[in-house]
Amino acid sequence: MKVKISYKGSTLIASIMGELDHHSAEYIREKIDSELIKATTKNVIFDFSKVSFMDSSGIGVIMGRFKNVQKLNGKLSVTNVSDQMMRIFEMSGLLKIIPAYDNIDVAINKM
Amino acid sequence: MQPINQMKMEFSSKSSNEAFARVVAAAFVSQIDPTLEELADIKTAVSEAVTNAIIHGYENSNGSVRMSCNLYRDGVEIFIEDEGQGIPDVNQARQPMYTSKPEMERSGMGFTVMESFMDKVEVVSEVGKGTRVSMYKRFNSIHLDNEN
Repeated sequence: MKVKISYKGSTLIASIMGELDHHSAEYIREKIDSELIKATTKNVIFDFSKVSFMDSSGIGVIMGRFKNVQKLNGKLSVTNVSDQMMRIFEMSGLLKIIPAYDNIDVAINKM
Repeated sequence: MQPINQMKMEFSSKSSNEAFARVVAAAFVSQIDPTLEELADIKTAVSEAVTNAIIHGYENSNGSVRMSCNLYRDGVEIFIEDEGQGIPDVNQARQPMYTSKPEMERSGMGFTVMESFMDKVEVVSEVGKGTRVSMYKRFNSIHLDNEN
Protein backbone atom coordinates (compact mmCIF):
# COMPACT_ATOMS: atom_id res chain seq x y z
CA MET A 1 0.00 0.00 0.00
CA LYS A 2 1.28 3.40 -1.03
CA VAL A 3 -0.26 6.82 -1.45
CA LYS A 4 1.23 9.09 -4.09
CA ILE A 5 0.60 12.73 -3.30
CA SER A 6 0.61 15.43 -5.95
CA TYR A 7 -0.90 18.88 -6.28
CA LYS A 8 -2.72 20.93 -8.87
CA GLY A 9 -2.98 24.36 -7.26
CA SER A 10 -4.81 23.92 -3.97
CA THR A 11 -6.15 20.51 -5.01
CA LEU A 12 -4.49 17.48 -3.50
CA ILE A 13 -4.46 14.42 -5.75
CA ALA A 14 -4.11 11.27 -3.67
CA SER A 15 -3.33 8.24 -5.83
CA ILE A 16 -3.94 5.12 -3.79
CA MET A 17 -1.83 2.15 -4.86
CA GLY A 18 -2.59 -1.40 -3.76
CA GLU A 19 -5.35 -2.76 -1.57
CA LEU A 20 -7.64 -0.56 0.50
CA ASP A 21 -8.94 -2.48 3.52
CA HIS A 22 -9.15 -1.92 7.28
CA HIS A 23 -5.44 -2.76 7.60
CA SER A 24 -4.24 -0.13 5.13
CA ALA A 25 -6.98 2.45 5.92
CA GLU A 26 -5.12 3.90 8.90
CA TYR A 27 -2.03 4.67 6.82
CA ILE A 28 -4.04 6.37 4.05
CA ARG A 29 -6.01 8.38 6.59
CA GLU A 30 -2.86 9.70 8.29
CA LYS A 31 -1.09 10.40 5.03
CA ILE A 32 -3.94 12.52 3.61
CA ASP A 33 -4.83 14.25 6.87
CA SER A 34 -1.23 15.35 7.33
CA GLU A 35 -1.51 17.07 3.92
CA LEU A 36 -4.85 18.67 4.82
CA ILE A 37 -3.19 20.46 7.73
CA LYS A 38 -1.15 22.46 5.22
CA ALA A 39 -2.70 25.87 4.65
CA THR A 40 -2.42 25.53 0.89
CA THR A 41 -4.59 22.42 0.60
CA LYS A 42 -8.29 22.89 0.01
CA ASN A 43 -9.69 20.17 -2.26
CA VAL A 44 -9.01 16.45 -2.55
CA ILE A 45 -9.24 14.11 -5.53
CA PHE A 46 -8.96 10.39 -4.82
CA ASP A 47 -7.45 8.50 -7.74
CA PHE A 48 -8.33 4.81 -7.59
CA SER A 49 -6.77 3.74 -10.90
CA LYS A 50 -4.08 1.71 -9.09
CA VAL A 51 -6.36 0.15 -6.46
CA SER A 52 -6.57 -3.62 -6.89
CA PHE A 53 -9.01 -4.25 -4.04
CA MET A 54 -11.34 -2.26 -1.82
CA ASP A 55 -13.89 -3.25 0.82
CA SER A 56 -16.24 -1.10 2.90
CA SER A 57 -13.28 0.27 4.88
CA GLY A 58 -12.72 2.49 1.84
CA ILE A 59 -16.11 4.13 2.38
CA GLY A 60 -15.06 5.13 5.90
CA VAL A 61 -11.77 6.58 4.64
CA ILE A 62 -13.48 8.65 1.92
CA MET A 63 -16.31 9.86 4.19
CA GLY A 64 -13.83 10.84 6.91
CA ARG A 65 -11.73 12.88 4.46
CA PHE A 66 -14.93 14.40 2.99
CA LYS A 67 -15.84 15.74 6.45
CA ASN A 68 -12.35 17.19 6.90
CA VAL A 69 -12.42 18.84 3.46
CA GLN A 70 -15.86 20.31 4.20
CA LYS A 71 -14.38 22.09 7.21
CA LEU A 72 -11.98 23.80 4.79
CA ASN A 73 -14.90 24.70 2.49
CA GLY A 74 -13.25 22.52 -0.11
CA LYS A 75 -14.52 19.83 -2.47
CA LEU A 76 -13.79 16.14 -2.71
CA SER A 77 -14.23 13.80 -5.64
CA VAL A 78 -13.21 10.29 -6.70
CA THR A 79 -11.84 9.14 -10.06
CA ASN A 80 -11.03 5.93 -11.94
CA VAL A 81 -13.39 3.79 -9.87
CA SER A 82 -13.63 0.12 -10.92
CA ASP A 83 -17.00 -1.61 -11.36
CA GLN A 84 -16.52 -3.62 -8.17
CA MET A 85 -15.74 -0.48 -6.16
CA MET A 86 -18.61 1.36 -7.80
CA ARG A 87 -21.03 -1.26 -6.47
CA ILE A 88 -19.84 -0.61 -2.91
CA PHE A 89 -20.03 3.17 -3.47
CA GLU A 90 -23.58 2.86 -4.77
CA MET A 91 -24.88 0.68 -1.95
CA SER A 92 -23.40 3.03 0.66
CA GLY A 93 -25.07 6.12 -0.80
CA LEU A 94 -21.66 7.76 -1.11
CA LEU A 95 -22.33 8.94 -4.66
CA LYS A 96 -25.24 11.08 -3.47
CA ILE A 97 -22.75 13.46 -1.86
CA ILE A 98 -19.44 12.76 -3.59
CA PRO A 99 -19.03 13.02 -7.37
CA ALA A 100 -17.19 10.29 -9.31
CA TYR A 101 -15.37 11.27 -12.52
CA ASP A 102 -13.82 9.17 -15.26
CA ASN A 103 -10.35 10.61 -14.91
CA ILE A 104 -8.23 13.13 -13.02
CA ASP A 105 -8.38 15.81 -15.74
CA VAL A 106 -12.18 15.94 -15.59
CA ALA A 107 -12.06 15.98 -11.78
CA ILE A 108 -9.59 18.91 -11.80
CA ASN A 109 -11.78 20.87 -14.22
CA LYS A 110 -14.78 20.43 -11.92
CA MET A 111 -12.97 21.79 -8.85
CA MET B 1 -24.96 -32.28 -1.96
CA GLN B 2 -21.46 -33.32 -0.89
CA PRO B 3 -18.62 -30.81 -1.18
CA ILE B 4 -15.95 -31.70 -3.72
CA ASN B 5 -13.26 -30.12 -1.54
CA GLN B 6 -12.89 -28.63 1.93
CA MET B 7 -10.41 -26.48 3.82
CA LYS B 8 -10.04 -25.15 7.36
CA MET B 9 -7.61 -22.67 8.78
CA GLU B 10 -7.04 -20.60 11.87
CA PHE B 11 -5.13 -17.35 12.16
CA SER B 12 -4.43 -14.54 14.66
CA SER B 13 -6.81 -11.60 14.79
CA LYS B 14 -4.29 -9.23 13.19
CA SER B 15 -5.41 -6.77 10.54
CA SER B 16 -2.62 -7.92 8.22
CA ASN B 17 -4.46 -11.27 8.05
CA GLU B 18 -7.48 -9.65 6.36
CA ALA B 19 -5.61 -9.75 3.05
CA PHE B 20 -4.22 -13.21 3.82
CA ALA B 21 -7.69 -14.68 4.45
CA ARG B 22 -9.34 -13.23 1.35
CA VAL B 23 -6.49 -14.31 -0.91
CA VAL B 24 -6.63 -17.87 0.51
CA ALA B 25 -10.40 -18.04 -0.02
CA ALA B 26 -10.06 -16.78 -3.60
CA ALA B 27 -7.24 -19.23 -4.36
CA PHE B 28 -9.25 -22.14 -2.99
CA VAL B 29 -12.37 -21.20 -4.93
CA SER B 30 -10.45 -20.63 -8.16
CA GLN B 31 -10.17 -24.43 -8.55
CA ILE B 32 -13.67 -24.48 -10.02
CA ASP B 33 -12.86 -21.64 -12.38
CA PRO B 34 -15.31 -18.84 -11.55
CA THR B 35 -15.05 -15.47 -13.31
CA LEU B 36 -12.71 -12.77 -12.00
CA GLU B 37 -15.72 -10.77 -10.93
CA GLU B 38 -17.08 -13.69 -8.91
CA LEU B 39 -13.66 -14.12 -7.27
CA ALA B 40 -13.64 -10.41 -6.40
CA ASP B 41 -17.07 -10.87 -4.77
CA ILE B 42 -15.66 -13.69 -2.61
CA LYS B 43 -12.61 -11.65 -1.63
CA THR B 44 -14.72 -8.67 -0.64
CA ALA B 45 -17.21 -10.69 1.43
CA VAL B 46 -14.42 -12.58 3.25
CA SER B 47 -12.60 -9.32 3.91
CA GLU B 48 -15.73 -7.83 5.52
CA ALA B 49 -16.40 -10.86 7.72
CA VAL B 50 -12.77 -11.18 8.87
CA THR B 51 -12.53 -7.44 9.54
CA ASN B 52 -15.68 -7.67 11.70
CA ALA B 53 -14.15 -10.54 13.69
CA ILE B 54 -10.97 -8.56 14.29
CA ILE B 55 -12.35 -5.14 15.17
CA HIS B 56 -15.72 -6.02 16.68
CA GLY B 57 -15.29 -9.61 17.89
CA TYR B 58 -11.90 -9.10 19.48
CA GLU B 59 -11.79 -5.27 19.52
CA ASN B 60 -8.23 -5.47 18.17
CA SER B 61 -7.05 -7.64 21.06
CA ASN B 62 -5.43 -11.05 20.58
CA GLY B 63 -7.70 -13.80 19.44
CA SER B 64 -8.11 -16.47 16.87
CA VAL B 65 -10.23 -16.39 13.72
CA ARG B 66 -11.25 -19.57 11.93
CA MET B 67 -12.16 -19.79 8.28
CA SER B 68 -13.46 -22.89 6.58
CA CYS B 69 -14.74 -23.45 3.05
CA ASN B 70 -16.86 -26.16 1.47
CA LEU B 71 -16.38 -26.13 -2.26
CA TYR B 72 -19.10 -27.49 -4.55
CA ARG B 73 -19.02 -28.01 -8.28
CA ASP B 74 -20.77 -24.71 -8.87
CA GLY B 75 -20.54 -22.79 -5.61
CA VAL B 76 -18.89 -22.28 -2.25
CA GLU B 77 -19.88 -22.10 1.38
CA ILE B 78 -17.60 -20.04 3.64
CA PHE B 79 -17.64 -19.87 7.43
CA ILE B 80 -15.85 -17.19 9.45
CA GLU B 81 -15.85 -17.73 13.20
CA ASP B 82 -14.47 -15.92 16.22
CA GLU B 83 -14.66 -16.48 19.95
CA GLY B 84 -14.90 -12.78 20.70
CA GLN B 85 -17.49 -10.72 22.48
CA GLY B 86 -20.43 -11.48 20.23
CA ILE B 87 -23.12 -9.21 18.79
CA PRO B 88 -25.94 -8.22 21.20
CA ASP B 89 -28.43 -7.45 18.41
CA VAL B 90 -27.68 -9.17 15.09
CA ASN B 91 -30.63 -7.58 13.26
CA GLN B 92 -29.41 -4.12 14.21
CA ALA B 93 -25.83 -4.98 13.21
CA ARG B 94 -27.06 -6.07 9.77
CA GLN B 95 -28.80 -2.75 9.07
CA PRO B 96 -27.05 -0.71 6.36
CA MET B 97 -25.05 2.19 7.85
CA TYR B 98 -25.33 0.88 11.40
CA THR B 99 -21.97 0.81 13.15
CA SER B 100 -21.02 0.47 16.80
CA LYS B 101 -17.72 2.18 15.98
CA PRO B 102 -18.38 5.48 14.14
CA GLU B 103 -15.31 6.98 15.85
CA MET B 104 -13.16 4.50 13.92
CA GLU B 105 -14.65 5.74 10.63
CA ARG B 106 -16.42 2.43 10.05
CA SER B 107 -19.12 2.84 7.43
CA GLY B 108 -21.52 0.24 8.82
CA MET B 109 -21.72 -1.40 5.40
CA GLY B 110 -19.96 -4.70 6.18
CA PHE B 111 -23.00 -6.99 6.34
CA THR B 112 -24.70 -5.13 3.48
CA VAL B 113 -21.67 -5.77 1.28
CA MET B 114 -21.61 -9.46 2.28
CA GLU B 115 -25.33 -9.79 1.53
CA SER B 116 -25.09 -8.16 -1.86
CA PHE B 117 -21.95 -10.01 -3.02
CA MET B 118 -23.05 -13.44 -1.76
CA ASP B 119 -26.33 -15.33 -2.28
CA LYS B 120 -26.92 -16.18 1.36
CA VAL B 121 -25.51 -14.80 4.63
CA GLU B 122 -26.36 -16.20 8.06
CA VAL B 123 -25.10 -14.78 11.34
CA VAL B 124 -25.21 -16.64 14.63
CA SER B 125 -23.83 -14.77 17.61
CA GLU B 126 -23.85 -15.06 21.37
CA VAL B 127 -22.62 -12.33 23.70
CA GLY B 128 -19.44 -13.45 25.44
CA LYS B 129 -19.10 -16.53 23.23
CA GLY B 130 -18.46 -15.32 19.70
CA THR B 131 -19.86 -14.99 16.20
CA ARG B 132 -20.19 -17.30 13.23
CA VAL B 133 -20.91 -15.95 9.76
CA SER B 134 -21.96 -18.49 7.11
CA MET B 135 -22.04 -17.38 3.50
CA TYR B 136 -22.96 -19.17 0.31
CA LYS B 137 -22.42 -18.18 -3.27
CA ARG B 138 -23.40 -20.02 -6.42
CA PHE B 139 -21.33 -19.22 -9.48
CA ASN B 140 -23.68 -18.52 -12.35
CA SER B 141 -20.79 -18.70 -14.78
CA ILE B 142 -20.41 -22.45 -14.11
CA HIS B 143 -22.89 -24.69 -15.88
CA LEU B 144 -23.14 -28.33 -14.91
CA ASP B 145 -25.78 -29.37 -17.49
CA ASN B 146 -23.47 -31.30 -19.80
CA GLU B 147 -21.59 -33.15 -17.12
CA ASN B 148 -24.31 -35.49 -15.83
